[in-house]
Amino acid sequence: MNAISSAARYLTGQLRQIGLFIALIVIVLFFQLTTGGITLAPINVSNLIVQNSYILILAIGMVMVIIAGHIDLSVGSIVAFVGAMAGVMITQWGLPWPVAAVLCLVIGALVGAWQGFWIAYFGIPAFIVTLAGMLAFRGAAQIALQNQQISPFPEGFRSLGSGFLPSFGTTGYEPLTLTLGVLASLAMAFFAFRGRAVRRKYVLEDEPFAWFIVKLAFGIVLIMYVAFLLASYNGTPIVLVILGVLVVVYSVVMRSAVFGRHTYAIGGNLLAAQLSGVKTKRVTFLLFVNMGAISALAGLVFTGQLNLASPSAGNGFELDAIAAVFIGGAAVTGGIGTVPGAIVGGLIIGILNNGMSILGVGTEYQSLIKGLVLLAAVAFDVFNKRRAAASRK
Amino acid sequence: MPDRAVPPVRPSARPARDTEEGNVADTILEMRDITKTFPGVKALQGVSLEVERGQVHAICGENGAGKSTLMKVLSGVYPAGSFEGQILLDGQPVEFKDINDSEASGVVIIHQELALSPFLSIAENIFLGNERSTRGFIDWNKTNLAAAELLERVGLKDNPVTKIVDIGVGKQQLVEIAKALSKRVKILILDEPTAALNDDDSAHLLDLIQSLQVQGITSIIISHKLNEIKAIADKVTIIRDGKTIETLDMHADEVSEDRIIRGMVGRDLSSRYPEHEPKIGEELLRIEDWTVHHPLDASREIIHQANLTVRAGEIVGIAGLMGAGRTELAMSVFGHSYGSGISGTVYKRGVPIKTNTVSAAIDNGIAYATEDRKRYGLNLIDDIKRNVSGSALGKLASWGFVDGSKETTVAGGYLKSMNIKAPNVSVSTGKLSGGNQQKVVLSKWMYADPDVLILDEPTRGIDVGAKFEIYTIINALADQGKGVIVISSELPELLGICDRIYTLSEGHITADVARADATPEHLMQYMTQERETPVNERD
Repeated sequence: MNAISSAARYLTGQLRQIGLFIALIVIVLFFQLTTGGITLAPINVSNLIVQNSYILILAIGMVMVIIAGHIDLSVGSIVAFVGAMAGVMITQWGLPWPVAAVLCLVIGALVGAWQGFWIAYFGIPAFIVTLAGMLAFRGAAQIALQNQQISPFPEGFRSLGSGFLPSFGTTGYEPLTLTLGVLASLAMAFFAFRGRAVRRKYVLEDEPFAWFIVKLAFGIVLIMYVAFLLASYNGTPIVLVILGVLVVVYSVVMRSAVFGRHTYAIGGNLLAAQLSGVKTKRVTFLLFVNMGAISALAGLVFTGQLNLASPSAGNGFELDAIAAVFIGGAAVTGGIGTVPGAIVGGLIIGILNNGMSILGVGTEYQSLIKGLVLLAAVAFDVFNKRRAAASRK
Repeated sequence: MPDRAVPPVRPSARPARDTEEGNVADTILEMRDITKTFPGVKALQGVSLEVERGQVHAICGENGAGKSTLMKVLSGVYPAGSFEGQILLDGQPVEFKDINDSEASGVVIIHQELALSPFLSIAENIFLGNERSTRGFIDWNKTNLAAAELLERVGLKDNPVTKIVDIGVGKQQLVEIAKALSKRVKILILDEPTAALNDDDSAHLLDLIQSLQVQGITSIIISHKLNEIKAIADKVTIIRDGKTIETLDMHADEVSEDRIIRGMVGRDLSSRYPEHEPKIGEELLRIEDWTVHHPLDASREIIHQANLTVRAGEIVGIAGLMGAGRTELAMSVFGHSYGSGISGTVYKRGVPIKTNTVSAAIDNGIAYATEDRKRYGLNLIDDIKRNVSGSALGKLASWGFVDGSKETTVAGGYLKSMNIKAPNVSVSTGKLSGGNQQKVVLSKWMYADPDVLILDEPTRGIDVGAKFEIYTIINALADQGKGVIVISSELPELLGICDRIYTLSEGHITADVARADATPEHLMQYMTQERETPVNERD
């Protein structure tokens, strides 16, 4: 009896975390039923990952910017600008595509540095600077392309967005993908147990063991399920590997690098961070440099996927990325948010888009429903915080 | 530099006193037995106040004595029912539900921080919330004409359409008074009206308050500046620790500043402070000719050529009233975090050092623990361990990554040694009590391992038991050979823990007193002293 009530109390404390996953599962199941099983068909899962990859990539940079208490409205335009530059460099200047790709990342970082300078050192609010950037870089993309589209791109460049890892075996389940799934599961279990052991050592662990196992099992089942689905289609999308590396690297950076910790400190209390000797301007500047480079990467992936550099590319991407971050539990006031949360938020949006498209819901209703989902997610957050504050009194 | 220009007392400017005609004193306001309790604190305990019509009545007391609370009770900021006691206006009991209520009865308060909207004009500000309108549309002619009349009454010659940002603080103060006049004010309450003003503006304002007397307006003025009180007040009521101590008639008795000071500080020092035998070594930090200007108004000097030294193992106090520049002095030294046009030199063990950024100051072994820990000290949404490591994350990191286990161990150590009451170091600091939050702030700076710690109001808002613990920690830091500077509003605290005390008055260091020679009266005299050449008590 007592155990049950204490478990219930623990779970309500984790409501936000759990709620996000429950929402994801409910949405997936809903579309699985209404689309007659198309949602979780191997080909659709593969498409889902590939077609949402650039939003997820953007969400990683965006969550860091939002944790620091800023915002970036320019990422969609940077996607277009970088795509345009890639097109110009590869098809007009004849540069080899890997060289062009690296140059594009540098261009993205420079664009970020430009915006970061005005925000961090000049003190103009990020909203204004990136709104200006949104307009300016959209224009720059149109100028670079002279309002034409550029196509096609070389095979290697296209595979960045739509390629798959080489497959071994011709029929049945593709072994490399399954191997990667097993490795990812093992890594997840290893780090989960190690983290728990460390927390127990310092008597910081308040997570019941049963719940720990449930969470871990859920994660592993999810990874292996997706691995099986992908293995029964074309194998592992290259962009999933890129995304996986980014998620791991940036999660670790945000959790335990000095840079990540300073980002949380700035968003949590800027004045206190300043008076603790955090170089707040430099951190803010670097955050935008990073955001620019990440936008460039998203631009490369997107351009490769469409096999097309278009002046109107990336329109509205910034809003999807921002929505993903807030659905993923970040706070508008800064200081709160996680990279995995933003990814789950991005997946929720992606599955909504995908499911509604399969059902043939018009874009007008898609937009309406996405808006309501965003509002509901943040309202749930606010409600949760108030409840927590009330129970403390 | 000329002495502060205090308006001469001109008997002719004062309304004739009734006493000659044998009239009974005409009481306009009476507050009876006011008791106001905040969770855990009795801010006011049975305070009574009687104000006569047409007089200037001053209220005096140390920081935190309860002056502002009393005025908030009077003006309806704390509504009727949230305190005990009675307020009588013209002999009639009144119950104000909010500020609008009290203003309707002619009681208007002007707060220390001016409440004007910077981008609206003078006239718009005067009639804000009380617009001159015809059928829902603002009648600009009426507004500006009426404003011009009011401005004339307060002696301000600016055009009423001038924006507030374009006039100085002194004039803004006058606009506030004009705004009060527009509400047909009978009792004008001014909370530290000259705290932010320069000498000329102060003199002008005090003149105005006296001329308002002639217009039949009663003023209640809260002030730390005893010379101003002497110059314009008819009566002064002294409040100490939330109680009325006495009301002095400035005309009947020859009331000296010393007399007022005695009333303000007269209390015993009990053994609320741990015993400590200082082991004082060589000079650690010396600040020379430190001058700081206001961050927005570069012509206003906030700190004037301050000189200060701290030696190893020494606890040095800085005493000063609100607005004297204590925090500004400390923050300007700590990474130029306050002010503009800063000049002067900081020496560490005799060698000049740079402290113009916070990280430079920290690298040079200086730490500053803020008086406002919620705003400047802590990340309240983050946990204890990350707050403790906040100013010295580099010590825990290799290759840019923080060693989480080491961080937990470090923070856990402070949890024990500082007796922070929390189940573990993952508790967010927003959930801790004030005393425990303060201990987290101190832990943060102790982990940075500075040579000199500046502690700004280290015991503000925390209970007596936690205070004793903090004093013990301060003593322990000194015993490790660190220099400690303690800024405090509470004189007994400074007298209880410091080896030496500097007094600061309006940005000037007015004295440097060894603990043995210091008495509260003595210090209060220097704290309220006007600009004079520094007195060195130790020589």
